[in-house]
Amino acid sequence: MKFIRLLLLGCALLFSLAVHAETMTIAAAADLKFAMDDLIHNFKSTHPNDEIKVVYGSSGNFTTQITQGAPYDVFFSADIGFPRKLAQMKMTASPVIPYAMGRIVLWSATRNASKMSLSSLTDPSITRIAIANPKHAPYGQRAEEALRSAGLWDKVEPKLVYGENIAQTAQFVQTGNAQVGIIALSLAVNPQLASQGGYWLIPDSLHSPMEQAYVITSHGAENPLAHQFVAYMNSTPARAIMTQYGFVLPSVATTK
Amino acid sequence: MMFLSDGDLQSLVLSLELAGSVTAILLLIGTPIAWWLAHSRAWWKVLVSVTVAMPLVLPPSVLGFYLLIAMGPQGPLGMLTHTLGIAPLPFSFAGLLVASVLYALPFMVQPLQNAFEALGDRPLEVAATLRASPLDAFFTVVLPLTWPAFLTAITLSFAHTVGEFGVVLMIGGNLPGITRVASLQIFDHVEALEYAEANHLALMLLLFSFLVLLLVYARQPARRQDGVS
Repeated sequence: MKFIRLLLLGCALLFSLAVHAETMTIAAAADLKFAMDDLIHNFKSTHPNDEIKVVYGSSGNFTTQITQGAPYDVFFSADIGFPRKLAQMKMTASPVIPYAMGRIVLWSATRNASKMSLSSLTDPSITRIAIANPKHAPYGQRAEEALRSAGLWDKVEPKLVYGENIAQTAQFVQTGNAQVGIIALSLAVNPQLASQGGYWLIPDSLHSPMEQAYVITSHGAENPLAHQFVAYMNSTPARAIMTQYGFVLPSVATTK
Repeated sequence: MMFLSDGDLQSLVLSLELAGSVTAILLLIGTPIAWWLAHSRAWWKVLVSVTVAMPLVLPPSVLGFYLLIAMGPQGPLGMLTHTLGIAPLPFSFAGLLVASVLYALPFMVQPLQNAFEALGDRPLEVAATLRASPLDAFFTVVLPLTWPAFLTAITLSFAHTVGEFGVVLMIGGNLPGITRVASLQIFDHVEALEYAEANHLALMLLLFSFLVLLLVYARQPARRQDGVS
């Protein structure tokens, strides 16, 4: 009898825990791949029972999916333009909050890219250069701007191949199919990539600023965990992780 | 095509070029494979059948991933092209061709194999008694009796290649006029939130697929009457 009571008590406890556990889904631009994994890991240390799912992809694709009712609670875009568009469509439940400025780097898996500069790209031994598709990928647009500002676009364009997002661009370089790529600094500083070839930071004077922002979607409006995570993004540990991945942070998160 | 941009038109033409080339290559290599599969008694025939059928069940990402690695500078295909002095396969039309031939192989081989099996050995034996060489017999006896299967195989291979997306996305590099086929162009329009443009091109592919399948399915009853399959 005592055993059954204990069992019932145990079940009741488990049940109450299950009730308290929240779940949320984050849609994050592919440049956040490594940083977001760390952020979630750190956030979960204070929210051990909550479940956070994260989907990485291209900001444009996420925007389309969210307008069609995708069940994402928070959307981290690589470019502030996409969440602003959602805000205009009244599909958001928070202000559009800038969280970082994105930077681009030259990266190679087979050469020492830290000794390169943009003009190295005209080297005839470099036959393939990967950038993200400038048509819709924010990192691709900045890569094109930088190459144009450096006066190299016409020489380099025939060598370019286009990744669908910044992660696929890095993958083209990592497999050696492109000798060099222009990727996000946040990916290049990851130990796994940094151990191969090194990177060279492209001066941000060569491209327009890449303001990145997140927003709580209408879907996440009633999700307390979404609001907690967004508040966490302003905390010291979260900012330390973001800085560690090369993101330049706004002094305080202001709403725009 | 007043409502299609130059880029859209280019991608559509590229899709048709790719599908046409793939179908021609498959006719040349798929027909002997189908013939062999229909007539061989080798114990390892089943292994060849399985290999040919694999693309029917494999996700395009599996083929795309392995091809990207294999065609890369450290991969076996990449080393082969390097030794032969050929341009690397990734991000090239030739690369898409190799991938698409592999990916559409069952659509060519399986209908042909079925037709050859249904035909049996008899018509060929008769042709042989009339002193027809095997090649002669193939063109004068087999082809006239199995052409509906050829039509099905050609249409399906062509249409399947036009409908390809995943493999092209993974090894193509999205180069306009070289690897940016119509399915990829639609994807790019959607990603850039250009829904109207995406819709125009998508609608064309929708109509195309419907007409192609109509052609294949409308033929089915006639095939039964002529007693081939």
